[in-house]
Amino acid sequence: MQKVTREILLAKAAELLAAGTVNRVLGWKAGEFTYDVTPALFTTAAELEKDFVYGPFSGANFSKYLVKETRRDEGKVLVFLKPCDTYSFNQLLTEHRFDRERVYAVGIPCDGMADIQRIKDQAGDGVSGVECDGDNLIVHTLYDGDKTLAMADCLAERCVNCKSKKHVAYDELIGETGDVIDSHRFDEVEKLEKMTEDERFAFWQNELSRCIRCNACRDVCPACTCEKCVFGNPNSGVENKAISDSFEEKMFHVIRAFHVAGRCTDCGECSRVCPQNIPLHLLNRKFIRDIDNFYDEYQAGAEVGQRAPLVNYKQEDLEPSEAVERSGNNA
Amino acid sequence: MQMTEFKPKIVAFCCNWCSYAGADLAGNNRLNYPAEVKIIRVPCSCRVNPMFILRAFQRGADGVILCGCHPGDCHYTSGNYYTRRRMALLFSMLNFLGIEKERTRVEWVSAAEGAKFAATMNDFVAQITALGENKRLEDLRCKK
Repeated sequence: MQKVTREILLAKAAELLAAGTVNRVLGWKAGEFTYDVTPALFTTAAELEKDFVYGPFSGANFSKYLVKETRRDEGKVLVFLKPCDTYSFNQLLTEHRFDRERVYAVGIPCDGMADIQRIKDQAGDGVSGVECDGDNLIVHTLYDGDKTLAMADCLAERCVNCKSKKHVAYDELIGETGDVIDSHRFDEVEKLEKMTEDERFAFWQNELSRCIRCNACRDVCPACTCEKCVFGNPNSGVENKAISDSFEEKMFHVIRAFHVAGRCTDCGECSRVCPQNIPLHLLNRKFIRDIDNFYDEYQAGAEVGQRAPLVNYKQEDLEPSEAVERSGNNA
Repeated sequence: MQMTEFKPKIVAFCCNWCSYAGADLAGNNRLNYPAEVKIIRVPCSCRVNPMFILRAFQRGADGVILCGCHPGDCHYTSGNYYTRRRMALLFSMLNFLGIEKERTRVEWVSAAEGAKFAATMNDFVAQITALGENKRLEDLRCKK
């Protein structure tokens, strides 16, 4: 059950707008369907009243929007942050990507967001609307009437394996903050590690070959904030269009994950936005797991000013020749 | 039909200050190492971006070896320490995707280790020859 409602957030936003603390609000508004909730910028209480939505699909992580938003205007922007978003928020602050003084962050508790794919899997085709009712979701379908699904069965993967309910950054908190959770988020990675090399190759070939190079994973990622991307370079060896050789998809996804290694907070946005449902978070988690295994346990964004593992070293670090064995890969 | 013997293509990234000089010493001492090894000189092993390694495979390399100064001996003090972390993670990730772990290697070769350079290259080429052609990271458009 969602602890915060649209009304609570609306009241908070209206209050801060009226007081002049902020002059605009980053929030969610409905897209074409109830389940494609879109990030939007609101400047007045009337606009908020009209379009603002908050529900089981308000999953977008606003941290990255702050990079552009804080450069645009002198005034403060109000942003609502779920616990996982606050890690990205801190990570971006660590990298000096936005001006903290121009942000008013309100932490909101989160019990997990829904994944439309899981709903469709259970309710069948023709989902025309989803409503929240306590611990259940009422799903309206075109062909089959209304269906009631338990929210717990519709959670996104990243929420099932939620790593933390703790807000690590905020100016104000609605409700209470939680704790870091000892989650099972690496179980899937471990399963892959235990496969043979051939099985892993087949698995990834199958997953990555669906990639249509829409770049959504890159564009949404709060760690991918370069002004110019290597993949925008026509000589990078990877075309900026649909993939024509299986090499390209591997290159793109390995390099994408590598470029955020040590800075990825595991917010799971990449997998959420992937239109082809490629489990991209597994690549990021593999890096996180390896970093934890090889060096010290590290959670990007847990504190502002941490030194990321890839720009750090110890004299006694392991040799690359030992890496595959230590990482637990069955090779 | 006549079967031609498989000759691997090996790309060796060698740092200017240690390994490249090590290769030079191997040459001066008339030590043999296979002609399949193509050396690319880089200012420091840490200049090698993970993309270089993937690009080498794309362009037809069957194995990529990265040589640098011994940890602690970097001309730029700490470059090879960063290399070590990056490559450990990259190699583990490539293997996670099912790429044979034998195709990539990092070796520390100093300017005084001409013999080690030749031995390393002989060993690596033998390893790749045994492993066969690079099929999993090939780009068919680059095949002649």
